[in-house]
Amino acid sequence: MIQADLNVILPEIMLAVYAMAALLVAVYTGKDKLAPMLVWLTAAGMVIIAAIVGLSGDGTNVAFGGMFVDDAFSRFAKVTILLSAAAVLVMSQDYMTRRGLLRFEYPILVALASVGMMMMVSAGDLMALYMGLELQSLALYVVASLRRDSAKSTEAGLKYFVLGALSSGLLLYGASLVYGYSGTTLFSGIIQAAQHGEVSLGMLFGLIFVISGLAFKVSAVPFHMWTPDVYEGSPTPVTAFFATAPKMAAMGLFARVAHDAFGGIVADWSQVIALLSLLSMFLGAVAAIGQTNIKRLMAYSSIAHMGYALMGLAAGTAFGVQALLVYMVIYVTMNVGTFAFILMMEKDGQPVTDIRSLGMYSKREPGRALAMLVLLFSLAGVPPMLGFFGKLYVLRAAYDAGLAWLAIAGVVASVIGAFYYLRIVYYMYFGDDESEALDQGSGTPVLWGFLMASAAVMVLGIINMFGVEGAAAAAAAVLVN
Amino acid sequence: MSVFAFYLFAICVIAGGFFTVVSRNPVHSVLWLILAFLSSAGLFVLLGAEFVAMLLVIVYVGAVAVLFLFVVMMLDVDFAELKAEMARYMPLALLIGLVILMQFVMAFGVWEASHVAEEMRAQVTPVDRHNTEALGLILYDQYFLLFQLSGLILLVAMIGAIVLTLRHRTSVKRQDVLAQMYRDPAKAMELRDVKPGQGL
Repeated sequence: MIQADLNVILPEIMLAVYAMAALLVAVYTGKDKLAPMLVWLTAAGMVIIAAIVGLSGDGTNVAFGGMFVDDAFSRFAKVTILLSAAAVLVMSQDYMTRRGLLRFEYPILVALASVGMMMMVSAGDLMALYMGLELQSLALYVVASLRRDSAKSTEAGLKYFVLGALSSGLLLYGASLVYGYSGTTLFSGIIQAAQHGEVSLGMLFGLIFVISGLAFKVSAVPFHMWTPDVYEGSPTPVTAFFATAPKMAAMGLFARVAHDAFGGIVADWSQVIALLSLLSMFLGAVAAIGQTNIKRLMAYSSIAHMGYALMGLAAGTAFGVQALLVYMVIYVTMNVGTFAFILMMEKDGQPVTDIRSLGMYSKREPGRALAMLVLLFSLAGVPPMLGFFGKLYVLRAAYDAGLAWLAIAGVVASVIGAFYYLRIVYYMYFGDDESEALDQGSGTPVLWGFLMASAAVMVLGIINMFGVEGAAAAAAAVLVN
Repeated sequence: MSVFAFYLFAICVIAGGFFTVVSRNPVHSVLWLILAFLSSAGLFVLLGAEFVAMLLVIVYVGAVAVLFLFVVMMLDVDFAELKAEMARYMPLALLIGLVILMQFVMAFGVWEASHVAEEMRAQVTPVDRHNTEALGLILYDQYFLLFQLSGLILLVAMIGAIVLTLRHRTSVKRQDVLAQMYRDPAKAMELRDVKPGQGL
């Protein structure tokens, strides 16, 4: 019996065993000298595991008495998580080596965080959910303060840790209430207890607490306060990691809890999530206007994007979940490219984060400026870039579900938010030439490749989205029934 | 008798928690915290969970609270300043606390668990099994996955502590016992014949 269970969680076991083996080998041999190799090895391992997960066929497998669910939804999320984590790892190698930040623990912590994320999207039980979440968060707190000698990085890690502990407390309290009123922590049991029309007030309180805890992890307003500081303080490759894989994992977990455990009372949580979505979109759009630090700007951008993704969830339909998944994949791809660009922003070999330093960048680096232009248009949701279709998807899902007001608010927020993306484009093409110029030809071919590939996807993806649509539809169909 | 014991322990927990927060001397706070831990261990005994009660005493009172005491005494934290900071936010905190309290009264006032809850709920203590044995059976069998995952979490915590605090100082001279033992006069000393009035 245990054999069958272990077969289901084989990808997670492989990644965890790899991380532990790599840790042992690195400690007993070259330590930090092995780090660059470990980064590539970990990334390769993640790609292989993503391939195994992606090609492992369809069907739903349940292990450990329902605590672990392996279905099309979790596989979709896991492939996205693993591929984006691998991409960010590879991107970070050169940047971190040159600044003496690359320690051999870094790829191992990222791998362990990925194990946590894989557990999150596969959770079928409130306790398994919490374990996955903590495994992920704990590793993230550490990598946030990887630059130990910088006060900002330490502050980022500490702030993330304290607020993360608070959110875990909220989540656990909610979980205890849900358990108290339903008598079980298994999602399959909760959904029987939480049926429409017979939900007690206490259960709803539990639901709200759980949603608050999860909203913190996806940095939805009003649980977003940590995001700009943590994004700014962490080393840039770590910021890139925060903006991609963990967001996908938290969204996947959010969707799973909402539909797998509370699928019987959609109306009760849909309004809460609609409010979170509305606030996130507007705060993300308005608060970023005054930012000149590109990392803080990307933090507000990610808050706004989480708002749009939550709109898909608020719809409460299978199409809504499909829209959420498609949106998240597009979001992750855009962010990988954008952060590749940010990692290449250097002056005299030092990283620069001020967007005003990009004045007339297009004259010196026309290719990169064009790729960034495509990505920024896509982030803003300007047609015909892929980002526009992502937004269109969630807006349609919300509209179909009778949330027309939310869809209209989304369009308004998108127009406001376009300002700050387009301002970067303005600096790059019409900005002040006098400003101190960034280094030419900085960055590695890897970063350049990711920037160009991501920009190319934003343009070419509109043809058929590389089949992501179909996979997302299949994933959503499993989750919502 | 057990009702009396319950109320005694329950009052002690609440009083301990309250004074942990309000007492002026941080060492007293920790001592009140220990009282709260001990009383909740008593509550667990009343429930028939002796093993958990013992864990609470050994782990929380024995290790965690003592660690707290060390931290409080060793670290130079200005608690008066922290308290002053807290006083500034007190009205807002009280308001939020009151709202949450009211909500809980609303929620718990009408305790109506779902009708399927009773069947799904696990037994508090198995009838035919020893307390510790039952816990072990659940932990290593039913919750095997969670048990292993908590192991991974602890591993991450350990790696994190090392990554963030361990520093290899290159400027510090360390004692190398082996090198010292293999020293001999031939390697360590050089004999020169210095001529008078010339120096080296």
